[in-house]
Amino acid sequence: MPYGPAPEADNVVKAWINDHGGSFGHFINNEWIKPEGRKTYQTKNPSTGQVLATTIQGEETDVDQAVSASRKAYDSWSKTPGHIRARHLYSIARHIQKHMRLMSVVESMDNGKTFRESRDCDVPIVVRHFYHHAGWAQLMDTEMRGWKSIGVVGAIVPWNFPLMLLTWKLAPALAMGNTVVLKPATYTRLSALLLAEICAEAGLPPGVFNVVTGNGAMGSQLATHPDVDKVAFTGSTEVGQKLRRAVAGTGKKLSLELGGKSPVVVFESADLDSAVEGIVDAIWFNQGQVCSAGSKILVQEPVKDQLIMKLKDRLKHLRVGDSLDKTMDMAAIVDESQKKSIEEYVQHARGEGAEVYQATGCFPESGCFYPPTLITNVQTVSKVVREEIFGPVAVLLPFRTAKEAISLANNTNYGLAGSVWTENIGLALEVSLNIKAGTVWVNCHNLFDAAAGFGGYKESGYGRDGGKEGLFEYTRPSWEERLRPEVGEIDYKTFGSTVQQRPTMGNAPITEIPVDGIKMPGIDRTYKMYYGGAQKRPDAPYSRAIYGADGQVFGHVGEGNRKDVRNAVEVAHNAAPGWGKRAAHNRAQIVYYMAENLEIRRNEFAERICKLTGGKLGEGLEEVDLAIQRLFHWGAYCDKYGGTIQETTLYGATMKIHEPVGVIGMACPDEYPLLGFVSLFAPAVIRGNCVVIVPSEKHPLLALDLYQIFDTSDLPGGVVNILTGDRDHITKYLTEHQDIQSMWYFGSAEGSKFVEYTSAVNVKRTWVSYGYKRNWPDREEGQGEEFLYQSVQCKNIWVPMGDIFAN
Amino acid sequence: MHMTGITTGAVCVYPNRVAECKKALKELQATEIPIASVATGFPTGQVPLKTRIEEIELAVMDGASEIDIVINRQYALQGNWQGVYDEVQRMKVACGDAQMKTIIAAGDLGTMANVYKASMVCMMAGADFIKTSTGKESVNATLPIGLVMVRAIRKYHQMTGFKVGFKPAGGIRSAKDACTWMSLMKEELGDDWLNAQLFRIGASGLLTDIERQIFHHVTGRYAAGYEMPMS
Repeated sequence: MPYGPAPEADNVVKAWINDHGGSFGHFINNEWIKPEGRKTYQTKNPSTGQVLATTIQGEETDVDQAVSASRKAYDSWSKTPGHIRARHLYSIARHIQKHMRLMSVVESMDNGKTFRESRDCDVPIVVRHFYHHAGWAQLMDTEMRGWKSIGVVGAIVPWNFPLMLLTWKLAPALAMGNTVVLKPATYTRLSALLLAEICAEAGLPPGVFNVVTGNGAMGSQLATHPDVDKVAFTGSTEVGQKLRRAVAGTGKKLSLELGGKSPVVVFESADLDSAVEGIVDAIWFNQGQVCSAGSKILVQEPVKDQLIMKLKDRLKHLRVGDSLDKTMDMAAIVDESQKKSIEEYVQHARGEGAEVYQATGCFPESGCFYPPTLITNVQTVSKVVREEIFGPVAVLLPFRTAKEAISLANNTNYGLAGSVWTENIGLALEVSLNIKAGTVWVNCHNLFDAAAGFGGYKESGYGRDGGKEGLFEYTRPSWEERLRPEVGEIDYKTFGSTVQQRPTMGNAPITEIPVDGIKMPGIDRTYKMYYGGAQKRPDAPYSRAIYGADGQVFGHVGEGNRKDVRNAVEVAHNAAPGWGKRAAHNRAQIVYYMAENLEIRRNEFAERICKLTGGKLGEGLEEVDLAIQRLFHWGAYCDKYGGTIQETTLYGATMKIHEPVGVIGMACPDEYPLLGFVSLFAPAVIRGNCVVIVPSEKHPLLALDLYQIFDTSDLPGGVVNILTGDRDHITKYLTEHQDIQSMWYFGSAEGSKFVEYTSAVNVKRTWVSYGYKRNWPDREEGQGEEFLYQSVQCKNIWVPMGDIFAN
Repeated sequence: MHMTGITTGAVCVYPNRVAECKKALKELQATEIPIASVATGFPTGQVPLKTRIEEIELAVMDGASEIDIVINRQYALQGNWQGVYDEVQRMKVACGDAQMKTIIAAGDLGTMANVYKASMVCMMAGADFIKTSTGKESVNATLPIGLVMVRAIRKYHQMTGFKVGFKPAGGIRSAKDACTWMSLMKEELGDDWLNAQLFRIGASGLLTDIERQIFHHVTGRYAAGYEMPMS
């Protein structure tokens, strides 16, 4: 008894295209703009190869026009009350619902995905996103107090979920009072243009949302346009890295949602039949062209053969065919070039001797299709195990213990998502917490909702789409204005690579101490660096003279170099797992204890501040007191920022966990040598991070005086590691270190640019000052919510329910 | 429609109507239609085992070729699966040549794990069919319950080579629902299960809607319920 065809009609989409004469321009200021002389691009239906419409390849002047429209609209949109913006977003949601069928069919025809998915997944998620964010617009004044809009957002999105992923940028951006210029992907421009038209119909003011079409170069022009204040990108890690470099040092905000190689961990305690269906959702959903695709199946050995048998059996009746046939499980690959890339990966695996299994219930004779594929007998070094294929191809590897599963799951440069399959909730949670990824699904995969942020760890990027956590990507602290530092070209190879060239024998006055009437020379005090809970001499024992306010040498500190960075990062990572797992209460006790011990030495610290900076004693005391207060402030936050339960559409619990970022490199400002140092390390440390921190280059002694306090406050070795010397020199090696997860830099505009540019290689997070001297005593500037934002990364764990069904 | 050879799968009656039913089918010259009888103290099963066994024997003697039994829910909820197994096995013996459908009364079992266990125990004890419900529980044939049961059938087939049939009962009233259940069978168990020997839908209200859909298919007009003869 075979399935018959169940075609969805394409006539309304064709009529819409015809209404536009089969040819689309940009949509700017709620109007169609078709400048003369542009090259064109024909967009095709991947299922049939038929040309759908012609779109244009925009040029820089088109970007200028869209950005200037957006800038103008921003003046009023950003001042529009939250309630009014909420009405607009609500109206957009309503209007999309009115055109749901049209949007779903357009999406399937242009992208090649099954209509079943565009109708049941993409478009409903889009609608939900607008409703949810209408709510955030309404609540911005209360829920986002202390934050404000950024300005013009340049959004660049990929072709795999054209409408859904643009919505993930557009909805929060508009809700927070920004305006948007969007560049859709070349293959899939139609749904973005349709949405723009629908937004205009819904009454969105001109210029608030603009769409320009063009190639990758035009995307760069959009990103680097001086009037674009924030770049929001979803796409490949390679392009993400390019964008990071392109906007380095410009003061633009950036969020990147990049690739993935997400593990599906199947334990012997799993319901294997459910796991098989979950794997279908994980890797064969949208032909595997999903950034969070569960492309790496890890299965416990006792059930490995059984799972493989079940998967092969399942593949035999996956139906592949036309995207508008409603009986299809899978449809077309977006473009021949993508299909070719998938083929090459699979061929490569065959060449390595892997077993490649491909079978389907039905498969079309023509069109851009690729069969669902399961690859077994592969090694951890195989290209298909390490790289993102972005197609319907899963690899399967066995494991024996949970610990081994976690190691295999995390043995990747990516960290976007993962899923865990077991009926044992304790095991599920423990493994979920240990997988380094932004989303972990328990007994499910590829569920999305507006109320839970989506985004990655490691080379999967930073920033979140969705949830309250996503709003921070479209806001900045209210006190802060965008900086536009004027930094010329930097030689990234030589920046910070050399330190002082001269010996440092200085004019240190010999201190004399009277003992029983006899004057004796004071005992020499040598400051060392501090890492792994011990004082350390520099790897190459050079010293740096530190001068007091009177111009005389006050002391010497070690001159840190790349080896010191290497050692400090090593010990920080050794300490990190234990520190992260330590009970929050215990972390709080340690930080309060630091405050207690610092207060005992209040006068001594204040006097030293004055001697070094030349301030009055009162100012020194004020700085010490503020530092103590700040320790209390962050001590208090130890057990009050662990996360929240997200109100998603899941029947179950979606838990947002604020996890530590990892090991954070920090370069402190020169000003406020004690307060600046405390303000930076404390929030990171209380949230479970370990830090390698360069204190004030000019006045590092106060930070070094603190290590005695750390030692007496039970701070475990390796949690705070202090390296002294040249700020930019050490920053260079911290930023270039592949195992530093975030770099905080409070120095020059040039250094800021260097940090942002250099961070691209392993896509580490950055937080830089662009040369701005922060008012550290100020509550908002010195201990605002952004410190917490920078100290955590959000992981959402989805735990479905559904055991009880009757009686 | 007579040309297509489509008939009802079986006529299902209480034991004391089996003889009468047999007579009626004979008069209608439709003796090829099997008579199914619920037995074993349907729907609750709350009568002594001896009585339940006798009920089966009587129904078979009167001409029933299919017997729908109910499992002992008390045993199931107490985790006495051995007890369930022993009873069902004795009932199977009592059925003789008649086909045995075991009703697991999923709505009374509380958890999906129990639904799976009950399905497995019944198949191991010799069930030819497993059936979701009596139609009298508060929850009857839902798709999640059906999914768990057909996966048990699949597993049992993989382990033993025996093909056990499936019958969802209660709450299936529209042709569209019936199609959904058929696609469940097709996807989970394959085309082998898409026939009356291995798949039945127990829902007396369904026939009218199927007739209405056929009416629509033929005429392009949606039929009113009263235009179809009552079933």
